[in-house]
Amino acid sequence: MTTGNFTDWSGNMLDIGPLYPFVGWEGFMVLLAFIAWIGWHVLQIRAETRQLDDEVRLLRQGGNLEKAVEAESPVERF
Amino acid sequence: MSDLPTALNVLFTEFYYWITVVIMFLIHVGFCTYEVGVSRRKNHLTTLLKNTMVIPVVTITFYLFGWWLYSAMVNGWPIGEIAAAPFATPWSELMAAHMGGKPASAGLTEADTALWARLNGVFWAAFLLFSWTTASIVSGSIIERMRSGAFWLVAVMLGSVTWITDAAWGWHPSGWMVRYLGYHDAYASGVVHAIAGGTCLAVLIVLGPRLGKFKADGTPRNIPPQNPWLVCIGLFLIYTGFWGFYAACNIPIYDVQAGDGVFYSATNIYLQPTTLSAITFNFIMALSGGLMAAYLMSKGDPFWTFSGGLAGIIAASAGNDLYHPIQAFLIAAIIVAIIYRMHYWVERRFKIDDAVGAVAVHGYAGFLGVVAAGFALWGYPSSPDALLGHEQPWAVVTPWGQFIGAVIMFWVLGFIPGYVLASILKMFGLLRVPREVELAGLDYHSQASVLEADREIIAVTVEAGRRPAPAE
Repeated sequence: MTTGNFTDWSGNMLDIGPLYPFVGWEGFMVLLAFIAWIGWHVLQIRAETRQLDDEVRLLRQGGNLEKAVEAESPVERF
Repeated sequence: MSDLPTALNVLFTEFYYWITVVIMFLIHVGFCTYEVGVSRRKNHLTTLLKNTMVIPVVTITFYLFGWWLYSAMVNGWPIGEIAAAPFATPWSELMAAHMGGKPASAGLTEADTALWARLNGVFWAAFLLFSWTTASIVSGSIIERMRSGAFWLVAVMLGSVTWITDAAWGWHPSGWMVRYLGYHDAYASGVVHAIAGGTCLAVLIVLGPRLGKFKADGTPRNIPPQNPWLVCIGLFLIYTGFWGFYAACNIPIYDVQAGDGVFYSATNIYLQPTTLSAITFNFIMALSGGLMAAYLMSKGDPFWTFSGGLAGIIAASAGNDLYHPIQAFLIAAIIVAIIYRMHYWVERRFKIDDAVGAVAVHGYAGFLGVVAAGFALWGYPSSPDALLGHEQPWAVVTPWGQFIGAVIMFWVLGFIPGYVLASILKMFGLLRVPREVELAGLDYHSQASVLEADREIIAVTVEAGRRPAPAE
C-alpha cells in the first residue's frame, strides 16, 4: 500500500517525477480547493452580516450610538 | 578545499545555514513582541526578560551537551548504544574556529576536520535556533505567574535535552524511530512543536491558572491581550522567522543518486530529495489554510486568526517536503479547526489556563500533523536505503508508525519530563511567584525603584527651585 508514485529512492532520480501523494487526483484536489475558497467567502459574508446586524441593534438602543461616537476609550464606548 | 567545485559546495552550504540563523532570529523578536502584547502592563518587563534570557541559557547548555546529544542518542540509549560524536563534545577542537586539515588531537581524522571545520558552527547554530524556538514555545502559556528561574530550567531541559534527544531519535538520517517506525517529520511538527506542547501542558497543570482566570463555578474569564496589535505583529515576525526554520531543516545540496551517476538536489534531514520550490508552495498554502480556518472558527478574532496561521504551518510541516500544495492547505485548515475547539474544551474541562493557546497551536497541531502524514504519505520510504547502504530497507511511513511517534514526542519526551521537573520545582517552592507579587505585577520591584527615583528627582528639583538665585 502506498499513496505515492514510487516505493523507494533507488534508481534514476529523473524517473521519479512528482513527489506528492495521490498523483492523478490533481483535478479533484483543484475542485476541493475551489470549493474551500468559495465556501469560505460565503461563510465569512454570512457571519459578518450577522455580526453587523447585532451591532446595529445594540447601537440603536438608548444613547449607545452617541456614547460610541463621543468616547475615546474602548471601556467607555460600552 | 583545493578544488573550486568542492570549495564552492562547502562555502555555499556554510553560507546557506548562516543566513537561516539570521532569519530565525526574527522568531525570537516575534516571541518577545507577542508576549509583551499579551501580558498586562504590570508584567511587561519581566515577560520580556523571561524570553530574552532563554537565548543565553539554552546557548551555553547546547554548547556543553545539547549538540553532542543529537549525534550520540540516535540509537535510543540506553536501549541502543551511544554513538560516537567527537566533533560535538565541548572540548573538541572542531567546536571552535578551525581551518580543516590535520587535527591537533587524537580521536579525530582529517576526514572529520574536512567535513566539520567549516560546517560545525553553522549546523550547531541552526540547531541552536531550533532549541531556542522549542523552549520559547512554553514561555507564552505560563506568563504572569511562573518564576523566571523556574522557566529557564524548563527551557534548558526542553531546549538542550529532550527536544534534541527526540531529534536524534526521529529527525536524523540514522534515528531509530526512522528505522523501525518509518517516522517522517520533515519540518518538525512532532520533534519541535508536539514535544513543546506536551511540556507546556504538563507545566500548566502543575503551575495552575492565573489568579482570577476561573470564576468560583469554574467558568473561565477571558483575559484579553492588552495590546492586540503588538501580538499580531509578533506573530507576523514569527511567520517570517519560520521561513528560515524551513530552509534550515533542509540540506541545500547533496548527491542523492545511489550507485553510479550523480544527481544533486536539496534534501530533507533524512537525505531524501525535495526542493526549495516544493516547500515554498507548501509553506504558504499551509499558512493560508490555517488563517482561513482560524478566521472562520474564531469569528475574525485577530489573535486566533494569526495563531491559526502558525498552527496551519505546524500541522502540515510533517509532510511539507512531499505534499501537494492543496493537500497542505486542506490538512492545515482541517487541523486548525480541530485544535481551536480542543483548546476551549480542555480549558473548560480541565481548568487549564493557557494564556496564548500554545498547547493547541503547537502541541495538538503538531501531534495531529504527524498523524495526518501517516495517512497522506502511507507507504512512502522513510529513508534512501540504497544511498545510505542499508542492508535491509527501513520501515515505510504508516499511520501507526506516525501515531506511535507522535505519542513519543508529545507524551514520553514532552509531557512526562515537564511534569516531573515542574513538580520538583513546586516542591521546593521555586515554581510560582508569591500571590502578592502576582497581584501587584511581576514588574513591581523595578516599578517601585523607578517611582522612588522619580520622587527623589521631583523633590530635589522643587527644592532647587525654592533657593534664591546666586548673586552675580
